[in-house]
Amino acid sequence: MARVTAGVATSHVPAIGAAIDRGRTREQYWAPVFAGYEWSKAWIADHTPDVVLLVYNDHASAFSLQMIPTFAIGCAESYPIADEGLGPRPVPVVEGHGGLACHLAEQLILDEFDMTVVNEMSVDHGLTVPLSLLFGQPERWPVRVVPLAVNVVQYPPPTGNRCYALGEAIRRAVASYPEDLDVQVWGTGGMSHQLQGMRAGLINAPFDNAFLEKMTAEPEALRQIPHIEYLREAGSEGIELVMWLVMRGALGAHPKELHRVYHVPASNTAVGHLVLEAGWPT
Amino acid sequence: MSQAPDLDDIPGTTVFTAERSRLGYHLNQFCMSLMKPENRTRFTADERAYLDEWPMTEAQKQAVLRRDYNAAIAEGGNIYFLAKIFLADGSSFQEAASSMTGMSQEEYAAMMLAGGRSPEGLRSIREGR
Repeated sequence: MARVTAGVATSHVPAIGAAIDRGRTREQYWAPVFAGYEWSKAWIADHTPDVVLLVYNDHASAFSLQMIPTFAIGCAESYPIADEGLGPRPVPVVEGHGGLACHLAEQLILDEFDMTVVNEMSVDHGLTVPLSLLFGQPERWPVRVVPLAVNVVQYPPPTGNRCYALGEAIRRAVASYPEDLDVQVWGTGGMSHQLQGMRAGLINAPFDNAFLEKMTAEPEALRQIPHIEYLREAGSEGIELVMWLVMRGALGAHPKELHRVYHVPASNTAVGHLVLEAGWPT
Repeated sequence: MSQAPDLDDIPGTTVFTAERSRLGYHLNQFCMSLMKPENRTRFTADERAYLDEWPMTEAQKQAVLRRDYNAAIAEGGNIYFLAKIFLADGSSFQEAASSMTGMSQEEYAAMMLAGGRSPEGLRSIREGR
């Protein structure tokens, strides 16, 4: 049977991807960011899953305003890299796991999560930067990926509570897939940042650090954070943090924190990163 | 449907609601079109002519022509869509963000290196915190 073994949370700042692609990771500005991921790269080399269910948001790449799905799951066999305006990132095509993805879509909808099924889409930095951070620059990604895109562009995103409950449903659905698969769930985006208006550049380290702590210590409190609090405390784009709660929900009770990173800044953003080992079934 | 008043209570912040999305639909879809190289070429060759192909308001077109991103957001623009314009210009997210704050790019970059903008006093207009 398939099972959720671990979770990864990480920011997905596009400038991080650009720094990797342009060989700038050892520069003074970037070195501290990448130093935080060295442990994780070694860890995942020893714990490479078969599949990563990667929770991210599209940034006006695959989804324009024409259609705005709240939760979309990719059921394709592969996903091309989006051209976000400067040509696609020079990274491998992302290979999907159509079988697991279709099973998840079906089970989640029957479990009353009304997923949008996507059979064709490109993936942008929201999905590829986390892969680069954990796997570096391989010829081919060492995992298959099930993309789960969450709308956090047009207000309102789904609530943190709903995201957490979706994660719980994902854990159940993975467990009923007959193939023997090691599945990790990654939650991406955040931490505090605001890219617009006079308040651009907002960073709230106390809020971010409390969030990192509560991912294991007090997840029930994170479920209850209302949107207005994310907007006020973590900035208009910091509301992406609801996506971390999908990952957290999928890890069961009392996951173990293996690694934690917090660094300011990467471009406009606070970088947060966690590696969690899955806890007990719930 | 009325908008929750709290969303207008955050200093220097415009929340991209469904209503704003409706207002800015064509502005944002114009931005989206710049993801195609051939459209970027046409836009760069004659910005006004390219904009005139879109059912946008004059205020939206002027905001684009002036690269006034605060004005573009006031007219329904969303930053992830507007990014297509500044990426086509060869500009970065940090340059665009600094342009919205009234700071020079150097001042803005220095603020970020020093830990970013504190939320202190910028959480709520009504409550002054």
